[in-house]
Amino acid sequence: MSVRPASLVRRDQPLDPRGPRLAAVVTTVVLAAVLLLGRTPAGVALLAAQTLVFALGAGAGPAASPYGWLFRRLVRPRLAPPTELEDPRPPQFAQAVGLAFAATALLATLAGAGALALLAVGAALAAAFLNAAFGLCLGCELYLLTRRVGRPAG
Amino acid sequence: MGQGLLVLLGVLVAATAFGVRRRRTEGRLRPTAPATSSDGAAAEAVLPTGELDAALGERATLVQFSSAFCQPCRAARTLLADVSRSQPGVVHLEVDAESHLDLVRRLGIRRTPTTLVLDAAGRELGRAVGVPRRAAVLAALAEIA
Repeated sequence: MSVRPASLVRRDQPLDPRGPRLAAVVTTVVLAAVLLLGRTPAGVALLAAQTLVFALGAGAGPAASPYGWLFRRLVRPRLAPPTELEDPRPPQFAQAVGLAFAATALLATLAGAGALALLAVGAALAAAFLNAAFGLCLGCELYLLTRRVGRPAG
Repeated sequence: MGQGLLVLLGVLVAATAFGVRRRRTEGRLRPTAPATSSDGAAAEAVLPTGELDAALGERATLVQFSSAFCQPCRAARTLLADVSRSQPGVVHLEVDAESHLDLVRRLGIRRTPTTLVLDAAGRELGRAVGVPRRAAVLAALAEIA
């Protein structure tokens, strides 16, 4: 396998599945901190930063996200090569789901809708935590369910 | 800030419960209760030969519903292909859920991979959601004459 500098990583390349897993761990920690910091400037800034991270991952793929960069620079050199690679599109879709929750939370916070903000951050945290701790990708499963429900029966 | 802590704890507890339960039931092969029509006739064949354009196994068929972008589907495919190779008369069929949504809805497939174990006539004997457990599949096949 040819060695590829990080700057040439293309968005459609198969991913080392441990990358999105690490991203989920970092996301879990960040969102937990957001919940604990609450409506303080630090909490809002952190939420805004995580929203941006989600946006990069959703728009340009997990490899283009700062957490993806973190994985490639700091973590992967210390690991054995991956035993298998995964399609980047499901993790990208999951990032889009995260973006929807985080953006909702951010707007709700700025608009003073505290309960909605808590709910949205909680939902994003739940998804990230399930991915980090159990390797569950809810976004991937959502995909088939939405397709199944979206058509008339029979 | 107290609210944030409450939400944090609540999410962690609920998500952990969900994750643990999912891990326990993942891949478990559940027997399917035989369905009977109103006049007591035997269960309707799930997949008569024509429906999937593929032949059923002489002994049993392992039908795997997959979707694109599904990493566990790959693992299931590897396992089931291996099982069908090592077991005479057992065929492994893989169905793309997206292009068979009518079948998906009729059979109540909610997640991929879902594996159906069919007998020689195409009747569903059991199903496993998630990557099936090899021992369970082999045990189910051993019970089929």
